[in-house]
Amino acid sequence: MYTASDLRKGLRIMLDDDPYIVVDFQFVKPGKGQSLYRCKLRNLLAGTIVDRTFREVDTFKPADTQEKTMQFLYKEGDRYNFMDTESYEQIHLLEEQIGDGKNFLIENMEVKILLFRDRPIDITLPNFVDLVVAEAPPWIKGDTVSGNYKPVILETGYKVSVPPFIEQGEKIRIDTRSGEYLTRVKE
Amino acid sequence: MNSDWKLSRRKNALGSRASLIRALREFFFSRQYLEVETPHRIPAPVPEAHIDAFPSGDWFLHTSPEVCMKRMLAAGYPRLFQICRCFRRNERGDRHLPEFTLLEWYRRGIDYRDLMEECEDLFLFLAGQLRGEATLAYRGERVDLQKPWQRLSVREAFDRFAPLSVEASLREDRFDEILARDIEPMLGRGKPTFLCDYPAALGALARTKKDDGRVAERFEIYLFGLEIANGFSELRDPEEQRRRFEGDNRKRVSAGKDPFPLPEKFLESLRHLPDSAGIALGVDRLAMIFCDASAIDEVVAFTPEEL
Repeated sequence: MYTASDLRKGLRIMLDDDPYIVVDFQFVKPGKGQSLYRCKLRNLLAGTIVDRTFREVDTFKPADTQEKTMQFLYKEGDRYNFMDTESYEQIHLLEEQIGDGKNFLIENMEVKILLFRDRPIDITLPNFVDLVVAEAPPWIKGDTVSGNYKPVILETGYKVSVPPFIEQGEKIRIDTRSGEYLTRVKE
Repeated sequence: MNSDWKLSRRKNALGSRASLIRALREFFFSRQYLEVETPHRIPAPVPEAHIDAFPSGDWFLHTSPEVCMKRMLAAGYPRLFQICRCFRRNERGDRHLPEFTLLEWYRRGIDYRDLMEECEDLFLFLAGQLRGEATLAYRGERVDLQKPWQRLSVREAFDRFAPLSVEASLREDRFDEILARDIEPMLGRGKPTFLCDYPAALGALARTKKDDGRVAERFEIYLFGLEIANGFSELRDPEEQRRRFEGDNRKRVSAGKDPFPLPEKFLESLRHLPDSAGIALGVDRLAMIFCDASAIDEVVAFTPEEL
C-alpha cells in the first residue's frame, strides 16, 4: 500500500480499478494548511489523463502489473516494436504509450515492458542511457565558466543542455528520469 | 570529469541568493532590529495541526523560531530578526524543502496593518538594491511594488475566485484545497497581494479583531501566485493560546499523529508580551523570485535527494 507521501512522478497505482501512472506531481500546502498532493495521472489502458488532488490520509494499491525485459527492435510509423529476450515473442507499443521514452530509445536497447493482464501498456527505460551527440554548436575556446551550458541534439532527436566542452560525435550519459545530462562517456 | 555539474550550474543562483540575504540584513540593521540566533533544537515546538516536527533525541528540531523569539519580545527586546534553517517533515515539492530558510521578524508596538507597510518597504528596498527599480520580474511576468499593494480579505477572495463561500469551504473541510487550486494562482499578479483577515479558526498564534471576533489579524503575502510570508498581530492571551494549541493537538490525534508537548514557558511569557506583530518569510521562495527559478531546488546548494 502506498500513502500520499509516496506519490511521485512515475509511480503506478490502482485508481477506480484501473492502473494509472503519475505523470505530473505537485506538492502544495497553502499557509498553515494541510498537505495536498496534486497529480496528473495517465490511465495506462485508455491513455486518458485525469487530474486528482489527494490528501495525507489517502492510500493506494500499487498497480497490478508485471514487468518483462525486452529488446527494442525498430520503429514503424507510430508503432515501437519490442522482442521478449526469452521467448522471442514480439509485441508493440504506440508512440503515445512510450511518452518521453522516445527521446532515449535506440535500437537493441534493453528495456522493461509493463504488462497488465498480459497486455503491454508501458515501458521503463534504464535509469541511465548513453547517447551520441548528433549536433552541437562549437566549443568557444576559453569558455570555461562552469555555470555555462549549451544546447545540443542527440541521435534520437532529443535536445538537452550540456557543458560547453561537449562536442559533436561524443557520447554522453543521460538520466532518463530527469532527462538531464550527467557526464561525458569515454569509450 | 565534473560529476557535480548540477551543483556548479547553480553558481549564479547561489550568488544572487547571497546578495539577497545581505540586502535583507541591511534593511533590518538600518531599522535598528537586533539580529538574534535562537536554538534550533527545542523541547516543544508550536503544536500545529498540519506542521510536523522532526524528533531530535527527546526534543525536536524547530519548525520556526517563533517560540523563542516571542519570549525575547516578552522579555523586553523591541525589534528582533533572525534568518535561520527550519525543519518540517514530509514537505517536499517545487516550493518546499524539509530543511529550508526562514526570515522572521518581530516588532513591539505595531499591529498587522503596520507590518504590511513594513513589508512593502522591505520589498521596495530589496528591489532597489538588487534591481535598481521598483518592480520585480519573474518567469516573464512583472509585478509593480509601489505602495499600496493589493489588500484582499479571505472572504473577498473566496467570493471573487472560489466556487464556495469561506463558511461552506470550512464546513466541508475544503478550505485548503480551494485556496490552493482556485485562489492562490490569482494572487500577486501585477501587484503583490496581502491576503488578510483569516477565519479565526485558522488564526494559529494571531489575535482576533477587536470589532469582529470571527476574523484573525493574519495575512499572507503573495507574489506571482507564490506564497512568500505569513504575518500577524500577536495573540497575548495565554489561556486562549493554550486552548488553540490543545485544539490543534486534538486535530493531530484524530489524524493519527502524535500530539506535541505544550511550550509551557512560552505560554507563561505571553502574559508579558506587549502589543506586537511578527512575520515569517520564506527566504528560499524569495530567492526563487530573485533568481527567476521555477523550482526551489535551483536556489539551494543541495536538495535532500542530492546528499
